Amino acid sequence: MFISLLLVLLIGAIAWAGSTAGFSSLFGVALPCAAVAVFIGGMIWRMVYWARSPVPFCIPTTGGQEQSLDFIRQEKFDCPSTQGGVIVRMFLEICLFRSLFRNTSADVRADMPGNNGPGTIYYSSKWLWCFALLFHYCFLLVFLRHFRFFMEPVPCWVTWLETVDGIMQVGTPRFFMTGGILLAALLFLLGRRVFNQRLRCISLLNDYFPLWLLIGIVCTGICLRYFDKTEIALVKVFIMSVTQFSPDSDAAKNIAPLFFVHLTLVSTLLAYFPFSKLTHMLGVFFSPTRNLANNSRRVRHINPWNPPKQFFTYAEYEDTYRDAMAEAGLPLEKAPDKAAE
Amino acid sequence: MYNAKAVITGILIFLVLCTSPFWASRTGKDYTKTGIVLPKDEKNCVENRDFMRAEHMRLLNEWRDEALRRENRLYTATDGRKWNISLQNTCLKCHNNYKEFCQKCHVANSVYPYCWTCHIIPGEKNQ
Repeated sequence: MFISLLLVLLIGAIAWAGSTAGFSSLFGVALPCAAVAVFIGGMIWRMVYWARSPVPFCIPTTGGQEQSLDFIRQEKFDCPSTQGGVIVRMFLEICLFRSLFRNTSADVRADMPGNNGPGTIYYSSKWLWCFALLFHYCFLLVFLRHFRFFMEPVPCWVTWLETVDGIMQVGTPRFFMTGGILLAALLFLLGRRVFNQRLRCISLLNDYFPLWLLIGIVCTGICLRYFDKTEIALVKVFIMSVTQFSPDSDAAKNIAPLFFVHLTLVSTLLAYFPFSKLTHMLGVFFSPTRNLANNSRRVRHINPWNPPKQFFTYAEYEDTYRDAMAEAGLPLEKAPDKAAE
Repeated sequence: MYNAKAVITGILIFLVLCTSPFWASRTGKDYTKTGIVLPKDEKNCVENRDFMRAEHMRLLNEWRDEALRRENRLYTATDGRKWNISLQNTCLKCHNNYKEFCQKCHVANSVYPYCWTCHIIPGEKNQ
């Protein structure tokens, strides 16, 4: 955990030192462009790799009663048997994290009622679902809000989003709730790994690193907006020059180093993305446990790497051995004299 | 590749979404400078230029608190000059054109402060 924190701090420190020392075009232009290229290339490579992998068996996870006799009610979305059901299931999974919603926590009780002794009890556990959902949606909204730096004039949906986000009108610049919730949700997701002993045991560097990286991005972003501000008109000039591939290095010189720390951390996230567990963003679409219909009793699932079958039908068999069979007096579908015709 | 049609459609959607900052920035106008018109008869603001550019909202917030909550109308700048804390009489005396000053950056960066729910927008009354 501390190694990944140190890594993130190191990346931030390098970006800070670099942009103060005058390499702001390196951290502001070259690195983000390279990171975006790595991100897009890496993710496409991932998707092609997944799409080339055969699915030998029909392996959807079942979350309820499968399709059976007419009088048994089927859980149509948790155990879909049709393509439409799969689409609904995928929608619920991707937009509402349905499988996390079903999360339970197990606990052993010394005295279970009705059990005459110890027994296991399962509680519904919605914390992870709640904070995961908050994190993902706030992150999406924060990303969308950043389009005010990419587009001129600022589209009305961004302004509308900002109005709703800052509706409490706290402070100047107005406090955006999504930023605060994003940080809180990330701290929960980190705290979960730190304070839950079982989770801590299975958490590795590649679990902590994305969390610290995201916390770093959110903290520098919040800092840039509320505490150590830089001139955003200049930031917009610079960002629009970069997205149009004609970087404005004069603007880059006058932007605070903290902005480049923010940008470098985002670039690190983008470049790290395709090689980490964060690929679940696209991996969820490719999961055979989610995107297959549970219809293995109705539709034959053919393993794509099965070799082509060598069939030898009875007609061919009889054609091959007809004379010998006739000699042995075996019954034939076609007599030798008729087959010769 | 299995399910090639669906996968290629997915990859194309992914590409369009991921490159959105790049093509979206080309959909509208260019933004290479703010186009702000500075006051002609005054060279120095309350604080230095870089501070005012980045942190003017903080100064305005502090001024509001000082004037309205602590009834203190005197502000001493870092260079020792004394200023009367008043948006209407100090700030807007020089920055008297909303359209050519405030709005230039604020609208372009989607910043809509609620100054003007109480204060009079400078330069509006002439129109």
